[in-house]
Amino acid sequence: MSLLNKSASELAAMLGSKEISSVELTKAQLDNIDKLNPKINSYLTVTHELALEQARQVDELRAKGEKLSALAGVPIAVKDNLTTIGVETTAGSNILKGWVPPYNATVVEKILSHRMPILGKTNLDEFAMGSSTENSAYGPSLNPWDLTRTPGGSGGGSSSAVASMQAPLAIGSDTGGSIRFPASVTGTVGVKPTYGAVSRYGLIALGSSLDQIGPVTRNVMDAAMLQDAIAGHDEMDATSLPESLGSMTEAAKNDSVKGLKIGIIKELTGEGFQAGVSERFQEALDLLVASGAEIVEVSCPSFQYAIAAYYLIQPAEASSNLARFDSVRFGLRVMPEGPATVEKVMAATREAGFGPEVKRRIILGTYALSSGYYDAYYGSAQKVRTLIQADLAKAFEKADVLVSPTAPTTAFKLGEKQEDPLAMYLNDIATIPANLAGVPGMSLPVGLAKEDNLPVGAQFLAPARQDARLYKVGAVLEKLLEEKWSKRMLDFAPELKVN
Amino acid sequence: MSEITPELVRHLAGLARIEVSDAEVAQFASQLALIVDSVATVKAAVNDEIPATSHPIPMANVFREDIVKPSLTQAQALSGAADSESGRFKVSAILDEE
Repeated sequence: MSLLNKSASELAAMLGSKEISSVELTKAQLDNIDKLNPKINSYLTVTHELALEQARQVDELRAKGEKLSALAGVPIAVKDNLTTIGVETTAGSNILKGWVPPYNATVVEKILSHRMPILGKTNLDEFAMGSSTENSAYGPSLNPWDLTRTPGGSGGGSSSAVASMQAPLAIGSDTGGSIRFPASVTGTVGVKPTYGAVSRYGLIALGSSLDQIGPVTRNVMDAAMLQDAIAGHDEMDATSLPESLGSMTEAAKNDSVKGLKIGIIKELTGEGFQAGVSERFQEALDLLVASGAEIVEVSCPSFQYAIAAYYLIQPAEASSNLARFDSVRFGLRVMPEGPATVEKVMAATREAGFGPEVKRRIILGTYALSSGYYDAYYGSAQKVRTLIQADLAKAFEKADVLVSPTAPTTAFKLGEKQEDPLAMYLNDIATIPANLAGVPGMSLPVGLAKEDNLPVGAQFLAPARQDARLYKVGAVLEKLLEEKWSKRMLDFAPELKVN
Repeated sequence: MSEITPELVRHLAGLARIEVSDAEVAQFASQLALIVDSVATVKAAVNDEIPATSHPIPMANVFREDIVKPSLTQAQALSGAADSESGRFKVSAILDEE
């Protein structure tokens, strides 16, 4: 059990000093997955043999004295919307059931080149559309803190895996909060880097101007090490930033917030936030102030339009991106009744292969982009995006980082919001602005809400390309909280009884 | 009030090549009417003076050298296809009989 509770950075050190082998660690991890996954449904595919083969290889290289990267030998879980050669990749959809990609996502290539064994592919809302994993065609993942609740979405497979010790590290993707919201409700750390910091080649696209890949981990240092491992320019992604953003690992070694200006976003506090969430959030701020940080209030009035703008831009981009699922080159093909034309086959296939939320968003996006409505909807949404960027630019003149709770509530019950798409969309109120503006965001656990004993997350935002600031403030706050609690966040989690 | 009617939903689904059932049309029409009413608030937030942002971090003319590199083989490219023949994707008739 002891190996499973360790952070990735601790495990990396133990591997480096040959105290443990990667095979030993990977086996322990796979055993725990075999025990817990049938209940929690974090993984859609577990790659036992692949993981152990990679572990054997890295152990051999280490024995030969080869120079290895920092996380070499530490196993990792990958969200199932990233392509993997030889391993089924479904994006949580029936339309891709059984699809085995012939190419690897750049992030997967990087993980392999760092010699991190891949444990499997994690569950998600279909094509990452959702906040609970309930839109997965393969059933929801459960929150290890309370099995009747959601681990968040879309990346609830990755968040529940990391929170339940089924993986020390995981990869997520964040279009409107799909890394940060799951992190918030599972007591884990989730980071959406600056747009373009991590290559999206091989990520099954949802909203191309919003999507970003990032780390899901148990602490800030692990997230920093993982971001360093996956970031960097990639000529296969035309939106990939040409420049390096520096070392996040170095930033996470920071131990002082003296003089740091932290801006509280007025529009994302107070009313509409669960009392226990606000209370833990305020406590975290108090700790930072006591350590020398300065709090300023900032206002971002355009944030009130962020959800509306997002649910025009994202469905519009999704309706275009998902046109590729046409029954021809990959995925499902369903023959219609009567004489078939390619168009009728396409329509029958998409009817059978897509779930209701995906259909809703494709129809909404088609509407937003249609002639006569384009300017009023899609055009206006893009202007809101300009306003949000301007609000953030102004706020960052007054503050080095901005802060708010990551989500208005702790984890909600499975089924609670499934029949009400609009209520589901409101979870993302604090996370969406970062995607619209392209800035980096981190969700960090700040304790348990009094009323339900469930994890609460605080979200930090930094200007584009200043991801290091998130790690600097995150590392200090994490240390302050752990000192206060005399334990780590996940040590509060109840013991899982799965039998 | 929103202009989302069952007829419009059926039309949009047709444009998106999704063969929706009657039950889905009814459900989507009522759900999308609420959603569209809600997202329509963006109209009130903006004016003609505000420029549109399509991309959060502007980049233009992203080029790379035009060098031939190994890529998927024909067999790999066809490996996910529902049907293929003579090294090509195979589909039903493109044109209707009418």
